[in-house]
Amino acid sequence: MSDNYYLEMLDINKTFPGAKVLNHIDFKIKLGEVRALMGENGAGKSTLMKILGGIYQKDKDSGRILIEGKEVEINHVDDAKKYGISIIHQEISLAENMTVYDNIFMGCELDAGIKGFLNDKEMIRRAQAIVDELKVGIDVRQKVGDLSIAKQQMIEICRALLSKAKVIVMDEPTSSLTQTEIEQLFEQIRKLREDGIAIIYISHRMEEIFQISDSITVLRDGSLIGTKQAGELDNRKIIEMMVGRDLDNYMRNDAVLDIGEVCLEVKNLNNKKLKDISFTLRKGEILGFAGLVGAGRSEMARAVFGIDRIDSGQILVGGKEVKIKSASDAIRAGIGYVPESRKEEGLVLSNSIKFNLTISVLEQFIRGCLVNRKKETEIIDEYVNKLSIKMASADQLVQYLSGGNQQKVVVSKWLATKPDILILDEPTRGIDIGAKTEIYHLIVDMAKAGVAVLLISSEMEEIMNLSTRIVVMYEGRIKAILTEEETKKAVQEDIMWYASGRKKDEAE
Amino acid sequence: MHRGGRKMKQNENKKNYLIDNGLVGFVRRNMGILIGLAVLFLFLSIFTDSFLTTKNMLQVLRQICINALLAFGMTFVLIIGGIDLTVGSVVAISGVSIVMLLNTGMPLPAAFLLSLLIGSLIGVINGSIIAFTGMPPFIVTLSLQGAIRGVAYVITDGRSVSCENEVFNAIGNGYFLGIPLPIYIVALVMILISVILYYTRFGRRMYAVGGNVTAAQFSGIHVKRITVWVYIISGTLSALAGIILASRMYSGQPASGQAYESDAIAAAVLGGTSFNGGIGTIGGTLIGALVIGFLTNGLNLLHISSYVQMIIKGIVIIGAVGIDILKNRNKKG
Repeated sequence: MSDNYYLEMLDINKTFPGAKVLNHIDFKIKLGEVRALMGENGAGKSTLMKILGGIYQKDKDSGRILIEGKEVEINHVDDAKKYGISIIHQEISLAENMTVYDNIFMGCELDAGIKGFLNDKEMIRRAQAIVDELKVGIDVRQKVGDLSIAKQQMIEICRALLSKAKVIVMDEPTSSLTQTEIEQLFEQIRKLREDGIAIIYISHRMEEIFQISDSITVLRDGSLIGTKQAGELDNRKIIEMMVGRDLDNYMRNDAVLDIGEVCLEVKNLNNKKLKDISFTLRKGEILGFAGLVGAGRSEMARAVFGIDRIDSGQILVGGKEVKIKSASDAIRAGIGYVPESRKEEGLVLSNSIKFNLTISVLEQFIRGCLVNRKKETEIIDEYVNKLSIKMASADQLVQYLSGGNQQKVVVSKWLATKPDILILDEPTRGIDIGAKTEIYHLIVDMAKAGVAVLLISSEMEEIMNLSTRIVVMYEGRIKAILTEEETKKAVQEDIMWYASGRKKDEAE
Repeated sequence: MHRGGRKMKQNENKKNYLIDNGLVGFVRRNMGILIGLAVLFLFLSIFTDSFLTTKNMLQVLRQICINALLAFGMTFVLIIGGIDLTVGSVVAISGVSIVMLLNTGMPLPAAFLLSLLIGSLIGVINGSIIAFTGMPPFIVTLSLQGAIRGVAYVITDGRSVSCENEVFNAIGNGYFLGIPLPIYIVALVMILISVILYYTRFGRRMYAVGGNVTAAQFSGIHVKRITVWVYIISGTLSALAGIILASRMYSGQPASGQAYESDAIAAAVLGGTSFNGGIGTIGGTLIGALVIGFLTNGLNLLHISSYVQMIIKGIVIIGAVGIDILKNRNKKG
């Protein structure tokens, strides 16, 4: 049954509370093969790899994992290591307080003569050898915290190379590497392939995929779409596999919006993560921001809202330039921001709905030390009704609400400030369909009421259905701004095309 | 957190970024506190007659031994990102235990070992609750601090228990070659735990756990196991301190060791141990303990009231740690 596959993952299922994230996935790889694993954000790539690495466990009684044809159990990182599986995680996971070689050997330190005692000399020698081979240009006795992000990422790669792995998983390894560093990495990958090591390579960058991979596996919504030889595919075909063909099922936003004058204009905005961002937003418009994770959309929002520093560029509100240096400047200019991670940035979970709803508008009903209870109740009632927040009472703690209802509380909190411009960052992430629909209605209602909405979402349908115009970002830059006409005709493939770094005129 | 801001001029002066584990590196890293220690020493030598005498020096060093042992354990706990507030109570219960056991006629080695094990057991309890329930170390050890002291009061009926065992009483009061015995014990412990911290896999993994728990987990390090062991070490060292203190006082006293955890934490932090975990050295902690010991002794010799002493100590600690933080901030630019 296994024709020389080193690793076979068969019929893998994974369920998180409330969501099935992997659905009968088969994944097989041979030694000496470089396999690209592709799919949209949330397609299940990272989850599958975390199961392989022993960080998550697959659902009980579902599927099998075979190494060289023999069934194995991978329940812990140690198990994965034993079977020669090494994972370079997307988020850098190094201890910054320690040296480079300590990090490279973390968890598999070399023993001196006696077991349990360290052989630092040998660790330094071997670590330095691998670092030199990759031309990272550092002394392995340096502290990791003193290194740049790119160098830190290279250290993660060194760690995998040194572990004598049979299968190395690289989850977006190039996201912060320079072109030269990428070249060096690819050189190493080719060398590893010759040495008979299997590489699973996760990346959103098409060029890289075709440069380095032998075969490509595509996942979508937790299901396996297919595995093909790289030669059989091209950009278009991969994107088609990634987004699927069921595009017609989604209704367009047919509401006729009354679009008014320009109320927000961003000109040549630059900072560490953003390059030359320029766009305009009109009253009553929904401007969708599409792009892959890390494309810089949230960073754009954070810069406009005054959380991240702006190095150069202008922000004009209502035609007048405003200096936004902090969130309170932004609020004063009439901008509201519903952040991406509602738990960390948008809500005080351990407090009541009432508290959270009114925290940004306290001055409306508190004069000096007098609290106008009636006014407070009015404000709360208005939004609770408007959004149909399901709750026992306004005193209920926010942490016991469902994700959808939590999100409604965050949105309400900002609506209460009556903003002219509202930035919504991934407003429907992790909430169920019902709540999503309510939030969609809310967004459209806001636009109808004349609010200018800036909508960031990784869900393509959401962007396409709701937006008046669509901005596509890639690596901190704006790759394309689709006009109203283009937005109406756009299909997912077009947006994916720009989102993976292609230009307009490159299209076929 | 502030990763982005760290595009440093990396290779210009590479050597500066290496961790120098030699004496020079140690002095450089602890420069502030060493200067403080020297100034304190000089000041007290000039302004008091009795400070710089052999008798007083040996006396102070003997006093410092108790805090040094607690502070070593605390350093371990702080390195993995925890805290142990039970150390003072463990001092009390182990001191009471050894005296009571000796009074039943149990031979000294057995009583000694058993009392140490009581400290270890408390470490197991601390560590297990923290590792397996995920409760914050501060809360767990704060609660147990009261509980353990309560036990010490209950088993003694709230009275101190005096000890007639001559050999036992010599542990805290005796001399060998003119030097108090506790100093030998602390020196021995220091060598032992330095070896653990710097030369073993376990020690290295402690830094990994404190530096980045996720990274440690992803690397296959058994974080829970390490956590439990570190609290065991802290508990055992506290028990050792308690035994020495009981011997010194010729009695086990349930009220002893009150608020000792704060001096232990102060010594570790003065010595450069980070409250955020991942950073700390045994040598630094020793210097921290010396500073606190000399300061207390000096203030006594200057006849400053114990109330005013509390104020001065508080200011010194805030000042020393504050200077250290400012220094590091400047270095990072």
